[in-house]
Amino acid sequence: MIEAVGLTKRYGSTVAVNDLSFSVKPGRVTGFLGPNGAGKSTTMRMILGLDRPSAGKVLVDGKPYQELKYPLRHVGALVEARWVHPNRSAHAHLRWLARSNDLPRKRVDEVLGMVGLDKVAGRKAGGFSLGMSQRLGIAAALLGDPQVLLFDEPVNGLDPEGIHWIRQFMQRLAAEGRTVLVSSHLLSEMSLTAEDLVVVGRGELIAECSTEEFVNRASDSSVRVRSPQAEQLAGLLAERGLAARTADAQSLLVDGADTEQVGEIAAAGGIVLHELAAERSSLEEAFMRLTGDSVEYQTDFGQPTDTLTTAGK
Amino acid sequence: MTLLAVERIKLFSTRSPWWSMFLALALTIGFAGLMATQASANSPMGVSTTQIGYQFGLMVIMVMAALAVTTEYRFGTIRATFQAAPNRTRVLLAKTAVVAALALVIGEIAAFGSWGVSWVLAPVSDLALATAEQWRLVAGVGLVFMGAAVFSIAVGILLRQSAGAVTLLLIWSMLVEQLIRLVPTFGSDLQEWMPFTAAGRFLTGSNRFTESAPLGPWASLAYFFALAVVLLIIALVTANRRDA
Ligand SMILES: Nc1ncnc2c1ncn2[C@@H]1O[C@H](COP(=O)(O)OP(=O)(O)OP(=O)(O)O)[C@@H](O)[C@H]1O
Ligand SMILES: [Mg+2]
Repeated sequence: MIEAVGLTKRYGSTVAVNDLSFSVKPGRVTGFLGPNGAGKSTTMRMILGLDRPSAGKVLVDGKPYQELKYPLRHVGALVEARWVHPNRSAHAHLRWLARSNDLPRKRVDEVLGMVGLDKVAGRKAGGFSLGMSQRLGIAAALLGDPQVLLFDEPVNGLDPEGIHWIRQFMQRLAAEGRTVLVSSHLLSEMSLTAEDLVVVGRGELIAECSTEEFVNRASDSSVRVRSPQAEQLAGLLAERGLAARTADAQSLLVDGADTEQVGEIAAAGGIVLHELAAERSSLEEAFMRLTGDSVEYQTDFGQPTDTLTTAGK
Repeated sequence: MTLLAVERIKLFSTRSPWWSMFLALALTIGFAGLMATQASANSPMGVSTTQIGYQFGLMVIMVMAALAVTTEYRFGTIRATFQAAPNRTRVLLAKTAVVAALALVIGEIAAFGSWGVSWVLAPVSDLALATAEQWRLVAGVGLVFMGAAVFSIAVGILLRQSAGAVTLLLIWSMLVEQLIRLVPTFGSDLQEWMPFTAAGRFLTGSNRFTESAPLGPWASLAYFFALAVVLLIIALVTANRRDA
C-alpha cells in the first residue's frame, strides 16, 4: 500500500510534482502513466526517501520510508538499472544489499536464479547488456521479498522478449498479493500490463481509475466525413453543437458524434457526401489528447496529425 | 555493525582499494629504500629520514578516500545505499570508519615498512626506535593517513564528483598551504594553522621551526583531527539536507 498526500516537489523554480495525491492498492499492477517530464521518477524518488518533498508526504505501509527498519523487506524498487558499480560483480552487488537489511546470504543466489542471472553472477556488472542490468535491478528489488514494488520504466530499451518477461513477472508479483507500481509513458504498454492507472501530467494528477475506464474515456470515437461542400457542412454541424476539425481541403473530423448523426445532418442540409466513416483514434493519440495541455516539452513538428488511424502499437 | 560490514564489502569488491594500497606502499617504501641506498658512514640516515616518502602514500590515500565517496555518487550506488539504509548519517559514518581504518593500517605498514627497508639497506645508520619522539615519527604516519582520509571523505561528500574533489584536495595540500605563506604580514602565521602543515609538524622531529610553532606535535595532530571532524560534520549535515 502506497499513499501520497499533497505531494509536491520543486527544484528551484521548476515544479516537478504539484499537490499529487493517490493511493496504490495491493494485489494488482498499477500503472503510473504520464508523458516525459511529468514527474514520475521524481515521485518514485520521494516514495523511496531519496528526494525530500517540498510539501505533502508519502507513506508506505502507513509509514514514511525513513521509518522502515529494514526498508528492503518492505519496498523493492528498480528506479535506475545502472545504479551499480561497473567493476563490482553482480553477486557482490547483491551481497552488500542483502547484508544491509540482514538478509541471509543464500537469498542472493535465490534472486539471481529467479531472474536467470545465476550463470553470470561472478561477472562485472559493467559488462552487462541493458536487459541483464534490468534483471539485476529486479533481483535487487526482490531481495527482501517485499510487499511493495516500484518499477520506473522497466521495459525501456528492452527487446520484445525482455518486455514480455517483465510484464509476466510484474503480473505474477501482483497475483501474489503484492502492491506493484510501474511507470511508463506509453498507454499501449500500460493497457497490457496494468489494471489500475494513476495518470499524471506536468506533475499533476489527471486521472486515477481502472485502465479499462481510462482507455474507454480516452478513445471515444470520431467521424470522418469527406464532402465537396465541407465548409458548409461544418457550419451545419456547428449549429447542432458538434465541433468539426478540418483534416484536409475536403475532409472533416467530427469528435463525439456517430455516423448516423452526421449522415442525417448532411442529408437534411442537402449536402453531397463522398465518404462517411467512424474512426477510433489510437490509444496513444487519445492519451496525448488527454494529457495534451500538460506535455512539458511541446514540439512544433511531429505533432500527431488528425488523419492518423493506425491502432496503438 | 551491519553498516560497517556493508561498507567493507563495497570497498573490497572493487579493485581500486587494492591498487591504492599497493601504490601507497610501493611509493612510500620504495622511496625509503632509495634514500637508504644513498646513506653512508659519513651521512647516515636518521629515523625521520626513513619516513620522508610518506607524502606520496598520503596523496594516494587521499585520492582513494575521496573516490570511495565520489564513485558512489557517480554510479548512483549512493542512492541504492540510502534506499537500503535511509539513515544517511549512519551510512556515511560507517563508510568513514571503514576507509579511515584502512588508511590507518596502510599508513602503519608504510611507515614500518620504510623503516624496516632502511634498516636492512643502510646498516651503517642507527635506526633504533629508542625515544618517544622516534616512535612518534614512525608510528604517527598511520594517524596522519587516517585523519587525511576523513578529510578527503568529507570533501568527497561535499563535492560529489571525482575530478573536483581530487583536484581540490591535492591542490590544497600541495600548493595552497605552501603559497599561503606569501600573503603579506600574516601569511606565515596563517600557514602554521593550515591542516596539513599541522599534520606535517606532528611527523617532524623537534627543530627550531617546530619549537617556535604555536602548537606542539600532539596538539598539532589533535588540531588536524578536529578540523577533519568539523569538515565531516558539515558534510553530513549537507548530505542529510539535500536530495540524494
Ligand atoms: N534533480 C533535479 N533538478 C532539477 N530539475 C529536476 C530534477 N529532477 C527532475 N527535474 C525536473 O522535474 C520534472 C519531472 O521530471 P521527472 O524525471 O520526474 O519526470 P518523468 O515523469 O520521470 O519523465 P520521463 O518520462 O522523461 O522519465 C522535469 O521537468 C525535470 O526536468
Ligand atoms: Mg523518469
